[in-house]
Amino acid sequence: MNHWIIAPVVLPAVMAPLIVLLMRHDLTLQRVFSVAATLGLLTISAVLLVQASSGGPQVYFLGNWPAPFGIVLVLDRLSAMMVALTAVLGIGVLLYVIGSGWDARGKNFHALFQFQLMGICGAFLTGDAFNLFVFFEVLLIASYGLMIHGGGRDRLRAGVQYIAYNLMGSTLFLFALATIYSVTGTLNMADLALRVADLPEGNGALLRVAGVLLLIVFAVKGALVPFQFWLPGTYALAPGPVAALFAVMTKVGAYAILRFYTLIFGPDMETNGTFYADLLMPAAIVTMILGMVGVMGAKSLARMAAFAGIGSMGMLFMAMAAFTPAGISAALYYLVHSTLAGALLFLIVDLVQSRRGTTGITALPPMAQHGLITALFFGAAIAMAGMPPLSGFLGKLLVLDALRDRADMALLWSVILVASLLAIVGLARAGSTVFWKAHASPGDAAAHESEPLAFVAVFGLLALIVGQTVLSGPLTAWLDGTAAQVFDSGAYVDAVLGLR
Amino acid sequence: MSLALIAALPFLGALLPGLMIRAGRTACAMATGSATALALIGLLLHAPAVLRGEVVQARFDWMPGLGLNANFFLDGLGLLFAGLILGIGLLIILYARFYLAKTDPMGQFYTYLMLFQGAMVGIVLSDNILLLLIFWELTSLSSFLLIGYWKHLPEGRQGARMALAVTGTGGLAMIAGMLILGGIVGSYDLSVILTQKEAIQASDWYLPALILILLGAFTKSAQFPFHFWLPHAMAAPTPVSAYLHSATMVKAGLFLMARMWPVLAGTDAWFYIVATTGLVTMVMAAKIALFKDDLKALLAFSTVSHLGLITMLLGFGTAEAAAVAVFHIINHATFKAALFMSAGIIDHEAHTRDIKRLGGLRTLMPITFTIVTLAALSMAGIPPLNGFLSKEMMLEEATHTVWAGIPWLFAVLATIGAMFSVAYSFRLIGHVFLGPVRDDYPHKPHDPGFGLWAAPAALAVLVVLIGVAPMTMVGDLVTVVAGAVTGGDVTIKISHWHGLVPALWMSVAAVGAGLILFGAHLRLDALWLAAPRPEAKAIFDALVDGIAALSHGVTARLHDGALSRYFVIFTLGVLGAGWLAWSEGGHVPGLRNVLPIPGVALAGWLLLAVCSVLVAVLHRERLLALVVIGVVGLIVSVGFIYLSAPDLALTQISVEVVTIVLMLLALNFLPKTTPRESSTARRLRDIAVAGAAGLSTAALALALMMRDFAFPTISDYHLANSYSGGGGTNVVNVILVDFRGYDTFGEIIVLGIAGLLIFALAEALLRGAANKRLLEWVPELPKSGDRHPLMMVVAGRVALPITLMVGVYIFLRGHNEPGGGFIAGLIVAIALVTQFMASGFAWTQARQRVDYHAFIGFGVVIAAATGLGSWLAARPFLTSNFGYFRIPPFDKFELATAALFDLGVFLTVIGAVMLTLASLSRIAIRAGETVNTTAMDNDPSQPAPAKGGH
Repeated sequence: MNHWIIAPVVLPAVMAPLIVLLMRHDLTLQRVFSVAATLGLLTISAVLLVQASSGGPQVYFLGNWPAPFGIVLVLDRLSAMMVALTAVLGIGVLLYVIGSGWDARGKNFHALFQFQLMGICGAFLTGDAFNLFVFFEVLLIASYGLMIHGGGRDRLRAGVQYIAYNLMGSTLFLFALATIYSVTGTLNMADLALRVADLPEGNGALLRVAGVLLLIVFAVKGALVPFQFWLPGTYALAPGPVAALFAVMTKVGAYAILRFYTLIFGPDMETNGTFYADLLMPAAIVTMILGMVGVMGAKSLARMAAFAGIGSMGMLFMAMAAFTPAGISAALYYLVHSTLAGALLFLIVDLVQSRRGTTGITALPPMAQHGLITALFFGAAIAMAGMPPLSGFLGKLLVLDALRDRADMALLWSVILVASLLAIVGLARAGSTVFWKAHASPGDAAAHESEPLAFVAVFGLLALIVGQTVLSGPLTAWLDGTAAQVFDSGAYVDAVLGLR
Repeated sequence: MSLALIAALPFLGALLPGLMIRAGRTACAMATGSATALALIGLLLHAPAVLRGEVVQARFDWMPGLGLNANFFLDGLGLLFAGLILGIGLLIILYARFYLAKTDPMGQFYTYLMLFQGAMVGIVLSDNILLLLIFWELTSLSSFLLIGYWKHLPEGRQGARMALAVTGTGGLAMIAGMLILGGIVGSYDLSVILTQKEAIQASDWYLPALILILLGAFTKSAQFPFHFWLPHAMAAPTPVSAYLHSATMVKAGLFLMARMWPVLAGTDAWFYIVATTGLVTMVMAAKIALFKDDLKALLAFSTVSHLGLITMLLGFGTAEAAAVAVFHIINHATFKAALFMSAGIIDHEAHTRDIKRLGGLRTLMPITFTIVTLAALSMAGIPPLNGFLSKEMMLEEATHTVWAGIPWLFAVLATIGAMFSVAYSFRLIGHVFLGPVRDDYPHKPHDPGFGLWAAPAALAVLVVLIGVAPMTMVGDLVTVVAGAVTGGDVTIKISHWHGLVPALWMSVAAVGAGLILFGAHLRLDALWLAAPRPEAKAIFDALVDGIAALSHGVTARLHDGALSRYFVIFTLGVLGAGWLAWSEGGHVPGLRNVLPIPGVALAGWLLLAVCSVLVAVLHRERLLALVVIGVVGLIVSVGFIYLSAPDLALTQISVEVVTIVLMLLALNFLPKTTPRESSTARRLRDIAVAGAAGLSTAALALALMMRDFAFPTISDYHLANSYSGGGGTNVVNVILVDFRGYDTFGEIIVLGIAGLLIFALAEALLRGAANKRLLEWVPELPKSGDRHPLMMVVAGRVALPITLMVGVYIFLRGHNEPGGGFIAGLIVAIALVTQFMASGFAWTQARQRVDYHAFIGFGVVIAAATGLGSWLAARPFLTSNFGYFRIPPFDKFELATAALFDLGVFLTVIGAVMLTLASLSRIAIRAGETVNTTAMDNDPSQPAPAKGGH
């Protein structure tokens, strides 16, 4: 039994209560152990990544109960990659939080942060539909705590909208699970895959309803139009580093769609065929357009970053909705990129916020470390808009290439390219106003702490994006393997149920 | 030197200026220049081989899966362009050293310049069109930085954005074009693509690819109708204008057309699109140039015009015309860069570049005058300078060209273009340098130091040398380059005298008419100024601002925080998608019989329905609504009992009690009524949507209940193995702590987090603006005179040990009978909450020194530790173990690790509830609630004065 598989859940799940129990009165202690735990998570995720890269899916039978009766965790390349991404982002965000002193602006930050990591990792690793619901709850409640960290009227108001909207999603999740269970009698994902494939006639409509409800649940998480309404306010008003961490939260939705709609409701299933894909693609198109239109029309950098996040989810879902190995591989490449780039942008926006007091797109006098932040914003904007030389451009090429053989290729390509243009123009307008026009505004920069650790985090994320760019060759080869594994549902099912 | 290194050197060089500026401006310039010089030397080392017709290559795999590789190759065309880029780059670095003011951040400038240079070199050396795309977009980005270099100037910022938007659009179109092209050929390598002319031109995708690629080329090279960005890019410092906007970047489009010429040219589509665009651009821009008063604007439009000329030549699709195009590229680069730098000198010295404020500089700035005159005469096409040679050849080619059956069109229009070119060139010389010396220059001009005029002078020398001895100077180069462009052998003969050919007469006519135009400039200018003409910038700005405003309007209105609208859209989305899923068919209704409905069930159902509706009806009266919610919860609990689910019933009822109590406490600080905010129409809409959702849910539930499982369910296994495998006869509890203990582990964490975040939230409220409101808070409802009533205190105290005992009992029996840690935790919490309610929080808290954070912490840690304990037995996380023991005098009893896990659940539940209570109490105290010193307001055991002892 490979205990490494559960380690990404157990480590933060133990560290968080210990922080609450022993360290709640000392911030330094919390910081040290929070960083240590996150570094530990990073190490674990690296081990998992190595393990997953060689060989097929591995299964962890919780409570030693055989599948499908107990809960299983499944480690494959996809889940290992998502956990690793979470850990990498986690350490970056955490360093920023400490560097910028965000964790001192409210209570229980580090405990909530560790719980948040636990929730995200748990969602990526589980092989059980109901357990996914549980971890959705964990990450939702933890994210709500992080989102309202520091308080403030607007933030709390946005927090209410966030939690209310997502609780709608949770309720729907239960409806979907109840329907699935009523039809199939199981909630183990591998078992579901088998049963859906063998579904007796007369059950198709009910199962499709369940599938579509589940799709909407994940679409809420992934901010897919028309279920994206919660995102702009939440991301724009959450503390900057929390919004940065949330860059991986939308990916939980994307991950779940990828997992469920290849393994269980794949396009090869007779019950649904391309039904879900046909719903996903138009929604993805509108999402991408809406996001980039939002970038163009945003009046603050924070909202701009939020809409850029929506737009990038649109592109991700477009690649995914093709449900081809090439499409999935491209989607995963872009997923990594957009997580890092989105987080980077939010951190930089927070640097601006803390120095200017606002992220509004208006000309104010230069701020402390103006030149450095300008350069960083330029880099992040390039990444976000998908301009060369950073990985956003390569991701865009991969997505375009993956969508090439479709009948609606002209439409899809036009959408991606026009939306990219909107993003470029929008980001250029905002950047030139905030960062360049400042030089035409009289006044001196207000003093501000230099926050070296925060910049280490920001540069670290930028370095990761550069790294992704340089190592694109090996990465895409690895992702091709991952996409192939995602489509090999037989191997997944065998790994989980083979011991039966 | 490897080609990759040559392309990389400028990028590496971009790192130097930022550092070297600390050593001074000259050191900075020298360091920057050395990187360029090194790259140039590396390039020239390859020159002999290339001129022999060899192709130099360097290849590195980057993304072989996609077909994007770092492949470079160098042939004649690449050599020419790379030479221009690096050679003129070197001169620009020299020039900029003396041009930039002391206050300008020179390090930044050189960094941007080197980034640009690297991108340009990358374009011309790329063997892979995807790699080329990357460098292509990089030039757009670096030119954005360079145009906006003077950040405080609005023209710079706007010009930069406009250039980025226009060239960026083209770049995006080109991405599509290149991907299509690569798709046709099956490779993105130019060395492969260039051999596939037939396949490409026969493909259905040829025309889309052509148009998309040309969009990229035309926007970059400022061809009509995309030319408008270039004049605005002139807001950049002059070295930038000279480098990017005359010598290099704007030629990237030409380079691309030349590069792709072997496979894209030769079709009607190519001819009509490219040649026509070039012709229109040439004539139109030359005309506008004549009427520009800003020196740089004049040169900018002249550049556009000459780019049009070259585009037109490439568009002709003949090898001869392509060769002329190559020759003119060289000539234009020499004279135009010299002119730009001279314009910069004049601006630098006279502090103006307005032609109308200049004149008579001939004697004041003799060196500059000489340079400008030579270059401008070349631009006008006056023999023997190099511009004359290529212009003659261009006119010659134009006479051979038939446009849609009209043989004279190109010849006539090309002559007209040349005429304007002559006119503005003479205007440049005449109105700036000739005429009387004025006394109203903004600054008294004189020739600058050698450093500033050295670069343009070097170019002017080239203008003359190429003009006088073209074959010696560039004959071989043009031959090789033209060969590279056309993909075949081209023989070039450049000479001044071709005999009395039509081109000569056209040339003479152009010079003559041009001089007449120049003479009549004053009157023409008045006409020009009086005529209305579209202002590109205004249109562009209005367009972009319009799109931005529209975008803002749409997205801001959609995401304005109207939660009820979000929910309506959500619900409609769910209903719509659900209906689609259902309507594809495949449903066979279930065969179960409908059971008879007993009266009790019907009554409960009716009560539930009525109360649910009442919540909606009464929701403005919050207290009342809360009570009704409590009733709903109770009925649900009863329903669970009725359906034989005692565990659920117990859980539900205790959860119900705790939540209602906590919500009542919270409601104390909230308005007691909800204002009416929505119109009747809105409410009707909401009722319709909610009703549809409710009915659909009911229909779904009915459909599910009417049928059997399609497969045997996993719950049979749970029933069978609960006792043997889990050691408990209460399957629900065994599922909770064993079969699916991991779910429970997650759920107690959810509870724990809820407690922590409520605490943090209260903390944030107390530190935020809400604090002020709390301090000024006046209760809406009259306070009870007896806040801590005797009866409640006494009853609560009596009940406490009993309730605790019940809690322990419920906990212990949980594994086999209804109960368990979760329910027990809630029961104990209720007992404690009662004490707090009866005697006040502070009083009670003072007698119970526990921080509820610790409960949550302990609870989760114990649960996790129990799970981890199974690792010691080499079992997976949360594997349970149990055994039966007998310690006399007790009966046989069971010990299970699951009970330990359940203890964690128990503690976490207590902690979460109590921490919430504590948080609410903090708010209450802040709101003025007094801290009582005695347990009850009227304590019979105390003397009377203790009454109200707050």
